[in-house]
Amino acid sequence: MGAITLQNVRKSFGDVEVIPGVDLEINEGEFVVFVGPSGCGKSTLLRLIAGLEDVTSGRILIDGQDVTDAGPAKRGLAMVFQSYALYPHMSVRKNIAFPLKMAKMPEAEQKARVDRAAKILNLDSYLDRRPGQLSGGQRQRVAIGRAIVREPAAFLFDEPLSNLDAALRVNMRVEISDLHNKLKTTMIYVTHDQVEAMTMADKIVVLRAGRIEQVGSPLDLYNSPANRFVGGFIGSPNMNFIEGEAARRMGAHSIGVRPEHWRMSTTEGAFPGTVGVAEHLGSDTLLHVELDSGENVIARAEGEFPVHHGDKIWLTPQDGRVYKFREDGLAA
Amino acid sequence: MATRQTQSLAKIMRAPAIILLLIWMIVPLGMTLYYSFLNYNLLNPTQTSWAGWFNYQYFYTDPAFWDSIWNTLILVLGVLCITVVGGILIALLIDKPIFGQGIVRILVISPFFVMPPVAALIWKNMIMHPSYGVFADVAQFLGMAPVDWFAQYPLFSIILIVAWQWLPFATLILLTALQSLDGEQMEAAEMDGASALSRFIYLTLPHMSRAITVVILIQTIFLLSIYAEILVTTNGGPGNASTNLTYLIYRAARLNFDIGGAAAGGIIAVVLANIVAIFLMRAVGKNLD
Amino acid sequence: MARAVSTQTKIGWTIAAWVVALLIFFPILYTVITSFKTEQEAIAGFDLIPSFTLQSYGEVQTQNDYIRPFTNSVIIAVGSTILALIVAIPAAWAMAFAPTKQTKNILMWMLSTKMMPAVAVLVPIYLIFLNTGLMDTRIGLVIILMLMNLPIVVWMLYTYFREIPGEILEAARMDGATLGQEIVHVLTPMAVPGIASTLLLNIILAWNEAFWTIQLTTTNAAPLSAFIASFSSPQGLFWAKLSAASTMAIAPILIMGWFSQKQLVRGLTFGAVK
Repeated sequence: MGAITLQNVRKSFGDVEVIPGVDLEINEGEFVVFVGPSGCGKSTLLRLIAGLEDVTSGRILIDGQDVTDAGPAKRGLAMVFQSYALYPHMSVRKNIAFPLKMAKMPEAEQKARVDRAAKILNLDSYLDRRPGQLSGGQRQRVAIGRAIVREPAAFLFDEPLSNLDAALRVNMRVEISDLHNKLKTTMIYVTHDQVEAMTMADKIVVLRAGRIEQVGSPLDLYNSPANRFVGGFIGSPNMNFIEGEAARRMGAHSIGVRPEHWRMSTTEGAFPGTVGVAEHLGSDTLLHVELDSGENVIARAEGEFPVHHGDKIWLTPQDGRVYKFREDGLAA
Repeated sequence: MATRQTQSLAKIMRAPAIILLLIWMIVPLGMTLYYSFLNYNLLNPTQTSWAGWFNYQYFYTDPAFWDSIWNTLILVLGVLCITVVGGILIALLIDKPIFGQGIVRILVISPFFVMPPVAALIWKNMIMHPSYGVFADVAQFLGMAPVDWFAQYPLFSIILIVAWQWLPFATLILLTALQSLDGEQMEAAEMDGASALSRFIYLTLPHMSRAITVVILIQTIFLLSIYAEILVTTNGGPGNASTNLTYLIYRAARLNFDIGGAAAGGIIAVVLANIVAIFLMRAVGKNLD
Repeated sequence: MARAVSTQTKIGWTIAAWVVALLIFFPILYTVITSFKTEQEAIAGFDLIPSFTLQSYGEVQTQNDYIRPFTNSVIIAVGSTILALIVAIPAAWAMAFAPTKQTKNILMWMLSTKMMPAVAVLVPIYLIFLNTGLMDTRIGLVIILMLMNLPIVVWMLYTYFREIPGEILEAARMDGATLGQEIVHVLTPMAVPGIASTLLLNIILAWNEAFWTIQLTTTNAAPLSAFIASFSSPQGLFWAKLSAASTMAIAPILIMGWFSQKQLVRGLTFGAVK
C-alpha cells in the first residue's frame, strides 16, 4: 500500500504553467521530501497528489490505480497542513475522530483508534480541549493524529513545521521520523528547509520552477549534485562557487567547494584571501573570506581555528571535493 | 483555486443571488427609462403618447427642479460637514481614557437605530415645536422669542435632524479607525518631539483619511435619498424650500400622477448617484485584494 | 501600551464625554420620559420627571391597533432577512472559497445595485405592485426589502467567510467530507458569529426602512415605519401618545443595535473599515 506514480503531470493556472511536466516514482513505505525555494511548485505538486487541485494533463496512480479524476476523499491519503487546519469548534477528540465519523465507522472502533493515536502522540490528557487551548507543538500533533487514525495509503505533509519555533522544530522532526519508522507508511513531505530534507528523507526531490532538478538519497545529492542549483541548495552553509581563471584551469566553467571542504592555512595554499567576519562557535569556526581574486567565500573548520578579522589566509580544496560545472550549470 | 468539481458547484450556488439582483437592476430601471420618454399620467392613462425628450426638457426648465437640486446639495453638504467634523471630535473624545466608555458609546450610537419617521417626529414635536418643544422652553427660559423652526428655517431644521441620525455612524466608524492607530507610532512621534497638534495632523488624520472617505461616500449615497424626514416634517415646504430631488420625484409620481415626469427625474437621480458611486466603489474595491 | 493618566485628567475627559453623549441621546431619553406622562404633563413645559402612567401605551393599542404594524414589522424585517440569507449564504460560500477572475467584478456589481436610488425605480415598482395585487401586502414588502439588502448580506457574509482559512475546508475534504458535510459540520459552526451579526444588522436595516414601506402600504401591511409616519399631522398633537408609539417602535431595534455595533461598522462599510 502506498506506491504513488506521477506520469507527465502538468498544471497551469490560466496562462501560467506552474508544473511543466513531472514524472516521479514513489515507492511504498518511502519517506520522500519535496524541497525547493518558495514558488518552485512543490506545494502545488503535493496538492495535485492530494486531489485538492486538478491536473491539467498527465496521470496520477496510487498502487497502480488511476486516481487522476478522483476527489480528495477517494484517494485514501491523509494530509497535515501548514496551518494545521484543525476544526476550532471541535474538541481534540472530535478533531481526530472527524475522518472516521465521515467514513461512518462504528463509535467503539472510532474511540479505540483515537485512543491509540493519542497514546502514540502523547495527547491523552488533552483530548477534551479545544485546539485554541493548545500550544503550537500540540496542535501539530493533533493534526498528525487526525491523519494517522485513517490508516491512509500515504501521508502528505505541507511544510508542517514552518509555524513552530526553532527548538520545537528539531523535536517534531525527530518525532515525525520516529513515526515513519513505526508506521512504515509512505510519507511525502514538502519543505523549503534543506536541513529538514537531509535529516528526514529516504529520497529527496529537488524542484525548481516546477521542474525536478534531481532525485536521490540525501547523500547522493550531497556528494554528486546533478547541477549547480542542487549543489548550492543542498548543504549549509551554501556551496561556494568560483568562476573565471581558476575554474578554467580545472577544465570547468565554474567550480564549487563546500565550506567544510577547504583546507585552511595561514601560510600557503591555492586561494589567498583576507578574513572578513570570523564566527567562533567552539565546535567549529566559520570564516567569511574575501579572496584576492574578488570572490567572497565561506570556509568552515572543525573546532577552533585562531584567525581574526583582517588576517591573511590561504584556502585549498580537499582532494576530490571540487565540483565542476559546465556553462549550462550541469555537472561536468 | 480549486478543482473543476468545486468550480462548477460554485457556479450553481452563485447563480440565484446574481439572477435576482440582475432582474432587480435591469427590469425596473429599463421601465423607468422607457416611461421617461412617455406622456403618461395615471389620471389620464388612455392619452399616453411618445414624448421624446419632453419630460427631461420640462424638468430642465422647471424652477422647482433647480430648487430641488440646490436643496439636495445643501442637505448633503450640510449633513456631511456636521457629521464628519462632529464625528472626528466625538471619536477623539470617546477614545480618551474615560469612565464608562462602553455606556458612552451606546448613548452616542443610539440615534442611528431610530427609524427616520420617528426621528423626524421626535424632533418636530418634542424638540423644535414652537410652543411645546424643548428649544422653545429654553428660549423662554432665556427670555427670547421661540423660533418656528420648520416654517422659518425648514431646510436647516431637516439638516439638523438628519445630522443627528448620521452623527453616530460617522463617530462609530471614525472611532474604529482611531482605535486601530498604532500606539508605538504615536510614542515614536512624541520621542521625535512632535506636539499633540502636529501628531494629530501628521499621524491621526492621515490614518483616518480612508475611514473619512468611506464615511463621506456612504453617507452621500443615503443622504441623496432623504425622504421620510421631509414627508413627516415639512412636506417639502414652505413652497419648495425643503424639497430635495427624491421628494420632488415622489411628488410628481404619487401626488401629480405624472409617470413620465417622475421617471425622467428618476433617471437624473440615477446619474447623480452614480457619480458618487464610482468613487465609493474605487475606495471599497481597493480593499478587496 | 496605554500610559497611566492622572485621575484628574480622566475625570475631566469623562465629564466632557458624558455631557456630549447625553446631549446626543437626549431626544430619545426625553421621548421615553414623555411616553410615561399624561397628555397634560406632556405639553406643560420641560420636565424630566413623569408621573409614570402607562395610559398612552394603552391608547396607542386601543385607538390605533398598534399590534398590527408591530407584527407587520417583525414579519417583514425577519422574513426579508432570512430570505436574503438563504440566497446569500451559498453565493458568499462560492465567492469566498471558489473565487474566479470574475468574483471581484461580481461583488462590485452587486454593491453597485445598492447605489441605485430607490426613487429612480419608484414608478415601475409602484405600477407593478398596483397591477399584480402586491400593493399593501407583506409578501410584496418582503420581496422588495430582500432585494434591497441582498448586496449587503452577500458582502457581509463574504467578508466573514473569507476569514475562515481555506485549508480547514480542504482538510475536511481530505477527511472524506462531502460538500454538504463540509458546510454543515465545518463551515457553518465556524461562521455562526458572522451569520448572526449579518442577520442582526439586516433586521435593523429592514425594520427602519421608511421609503418603500410608506410607498407600498396603506393599512393592512403597514409596518411601524409607515404607521408612525401617519402620525405626522393630527395625531401628532398628542405628545404622550406619539412618544409611547415611538418608544415602542424603536426600543426593540435600539437594543439589538447596541449588541451589534461592532458588526455595524463592518457591514455598512462593506468591509472597508474594520
